[in-house]
Amino acid sequence: MESLQAFWDMGGYGHFVWPAYGVVAVVLIGLFVESRRSLKSAEAELAALAPSKAEDTDDET
Amino acid sequence: MFHRFANPARFLRFAAVIQPWIAGLTVLLFAVGLYLGLLASPADYQQGETVRMMYVHVPSAWMALFCYTGMAISCGVALIWKHPLADLAAKATAPVGASFTFLALVTGSLWGKPMWGAWWVWDARLTSMLVLFFLYLGYMALNNAFDDPGRGSKASSILALVGFVNVPIIKFSVDWWNTLHQPASVVKMGGPAIHASILSPLLVMGVAFTTYYLWVLLIRIRREVTANKVRALQMRQASRGEQ
Repeated sequence: MESLQAFWDMGGYGHFVWPAYGVVAVVLIGLFVESRRSLKSAEAELAALAPSKAEDTDDET
Repeated sequence: MFHRFANPARFLRFAAVIQPWIAGLTVLLFAVGLYLGLLASPADYQQGETVRMMYVHVPSAWMALFCYTGMAISCGVALIWKHPLADLAAKATAPVGASFTFLALVTGSLWGKPMWGAWWVWDARLTSMLVLFFLYLGYMALNNAFDDPGRGSKASSILALVGFVNVPIIKFSVDWWNTLHQPASVVKMGGPAIHASILSPLLVMGVAFTTYYLWVLLIRIRREVTANKVRALQMRQASRGEQ
């Protein structure tokens, strides 16, 4: 438990180190989630326009 | 080779195969990198535990420059050869590069406060990174500013290419001007000036950030290709409706 406390404290710099890791985690996970959500909604839009072509990755003929 | 992936349909098939591998690799590399960076590596003799911020700050800054270089090359290819995927790759890269630049600035600020005593100083390295952030934002704004997507990508590509002059300025800013920021210690003549115990988590995190970029890039290019198909179908249906 004491070592966990020391890990959290980061030699007195915990309130600089952890926010740095926190902002990286929030931005990278957020960007990934937004990118995926945006892909899914574009795919849903395509499926609604052309149901037969939803799974078709070739250019429309 | 170059033209094999110019076809968006072929690219989508290629992306479907490699994306799960890149996803798995990214998760694994982040796990190893965080373990090495937070648990297995020692504190710096001068900077103490604050050195651990380097494992997220430096990869963010590397990727900020890497993404901009990739974006500028894609814009050049799109302008000269009208390569259909190059334009999409540039457009898909911009938000990722802007995010990395933002992270480099914020983590640098959090590191600067305890080490330099200031959240921000207007010196060459920091200011040129801020300019890079605005170049990304300018590219994205210009790309979306026209009704005709073709004109938007042409104008924004020219901005991206002109703005590339900032990349060597950032890289060499610590040599050309007096600055608080430390000079390059990994990519320099004579090899890295960092001990292996600190260099290895840094390199693992650097590769993790790179595979993360490729992962998100694949997703965003797939999104752009899909959105283009939607636009083409909508235009065809609209023109059919007019007849």
